[in-house]
Amino acid sequence: MGMTMTQKILAAHAGLGSVRAGELILASLDLVLGNDITSPVAVKEFAKLGKDSVFDKDKVVMVMDHFVPNKDIKAAEQCRVCRGFCGDMDISHFYDVGDMGIEHALLPEKGLVTAGDAVIGADSHTCTYGALGAFSTGVGSTDMACGMAIGKAWFKVPSAMRVELKGSLRPYVSGKDVILHIIGKIGVDGALYRSMEFGGEGLASLSMADRFCIANMAIEAGAKNGIFEVDDLTLGYIREHGAAEPKVYTADPDADYDEVLDIDLSEIEPTVAFPHLPENAKTFGDIGEVRIDQVVIGSCTNGRLEDLQAAAEILRGRHAAKGVRLIVIPATQRIYLEAMEQGLLKTFIESGAVVSTPTCGPCLGGYMGILAEGERAVATTNRNFVGRMGHPGSEVYLASPATAAASAVTGRITSPWEVMEI
Amino acid sequence: MRYTGSVIKYGDNVDTDVIIPARYLNTSVPSELAAHCMEDLDKSFVSRVKQGDIITAGLNFGCGSSREHAPIAIKASGVSLVIAKSFARIFYRNAINIGLAIVECPETAEEIAEGDTVEADLDNGIIRDLTTGKEYRTAPFPGFVQSIIENGGLIASIANGAVK
Repeated sequence: MGMTMTQKILAAHAGLGSVRAGELILASLDLVLGNDITSPVAVKEFAKLGKDSVFDKDKVVMVMDHFVPNKDIKAAEQCRVCRGFCGDMDISHFYDVGDMGIEHALLPEKGLVTAGDAVIGADSHTCTYGALGAFSTGVGSTDMACGMAIGKAWFKVPSAMRVELKGSLRPYVSGKDVILHIIGKIGVDGALYRSMEFGGEGLASLSMADRFCIANMAIEAGAKNGIFEVDDLTLGYIREHGAAEPKVYTADPDADYDEVLDIDLSEIEPTVAFPHLPENAKTFGDIGEVRIDQVVIGSCTNGRLEDLQAAAEILRGRHAAKGVRLIVIPATQRIYLEAMEQGLLKTFIESGAVVSTPTCGPCLGGYMGILAEGERAVATTNRNFVGRMGHPGSEVYLASPATAAASAVTGRITSPWEVMEI
Repeated sequence: MRYTGSVIKYGDNVDTDVIIPARYLNTSVPSELAAHCMEDLDKSFVSRVKQGDIITAGLNFGCGSSREHAPIAIKASGVSLVIAKSFARIFYRNAINIGLAIVECPETAEEIAEGDTVEADLDNGIIRDLTTGKEYRTAPFPGFVQSIIENGGLIASIANGAVK
């Protein structure tokens, strides 16, 4: 039986000719990532090992993104732990206020991940880099500590679901609608413990931003990782961002997929996930009038330049409805700057939005847009669990940047097709 | 590995945001995390949980974020074991890595009732509901995982050379 893409990358990193699903392996790592929430715990665990250096100071990345600029004293203390550790260990890739961005937008932008890499990150959305043809998965702080110490991690080799894409997306439909549609079909544990491997002729119609968004939310279906076949668009992105030479892995023709999901992109409509699970996906035929109080456009899922462009196209010449707080958060400093140069920030501000410095902030109920009891938000973020954006009695509706922008304009959950009269 | 305790029972998809809400992630002190454990799902948990209690739950327990603060909060609140129909994978490995005992056993998780007293012998894969007298079988951990747990977690395993 042949191997999947993921299995081939894991085999190569474990020094094995082949691996099978279910096998336990110890794999070498190309990158170990942490943020300001998870790294302090990892630093504490790392100290127990008594080591005075990390396995490779160029292969450890720490990004201060969740609660920075620091939201309170405790958050500031946590960042101080990270700063101190990265200084002591001479970590090359430490990103703090001024050059940080939301980690999963930042690492690809900085060229820190390439095709064929094996990456762990102490953040569940580390699966984002699968868009580059890398094996990339979220772990906890202890795994991060051990990864920093020995450059290795243990894995159970996953089986895989193949997602066969065909067709192309309709106007104002994006990667977010695709992944919400898929999670709606398979459920929040539909890919539990498995890889989701995306490919097929439909890949050609997906931008890198679409692919990052889809891979990012593989975890919301329970997947160990999401990974995309590498094509010219991927290779162009990797080159443009100065990443290391890509190693392109392709699944064997007889690869052992335990499920194949056929997705016709041309059939996907603007999709919204209702509270309190990402699997509660609905399209506008089934959505009545749902009034909203807040719209958040940003996050590691949808804070990229293409996402801001999509939102700005809808907001241009329009204004957020009275009573709707519109919050736009470019995911990195570079995206912020490009959005400024392209006039997108002007569009946002004229439409009544506030534009924030990059931060995970409201996505996880940290700060910068916390909801009160009974309030509803449409967000381009990735989770709508109870209390995710604030009060346990508030509600988050997940949607694309286009749908979020359209909803801001009307004050109720609205399809971009309605606002753009399609 | 033997555990005895009374059962606190939850349903499917208990996510890490309800196990420990992100508004409390500005600290990693176990006792501070335990003080807010399960707050958004079950406000009574913190006041009624006792040392040694066992949580049972449905599918996909611990889904969501990678925060190790979630198993840390559960462990620090005194819970000795979590039995679920299935676990989200990051929570699963985090629990093993920090030494919180967990076991997948769909039948047990379904049948055991809130408040029952349960005894679990994970070495031999036996779970007994002492209240009803019913016995359940579970699969033992794979050898590699068992060795991590026996060594006291992943950090200890690396420190003593069991994982290189």
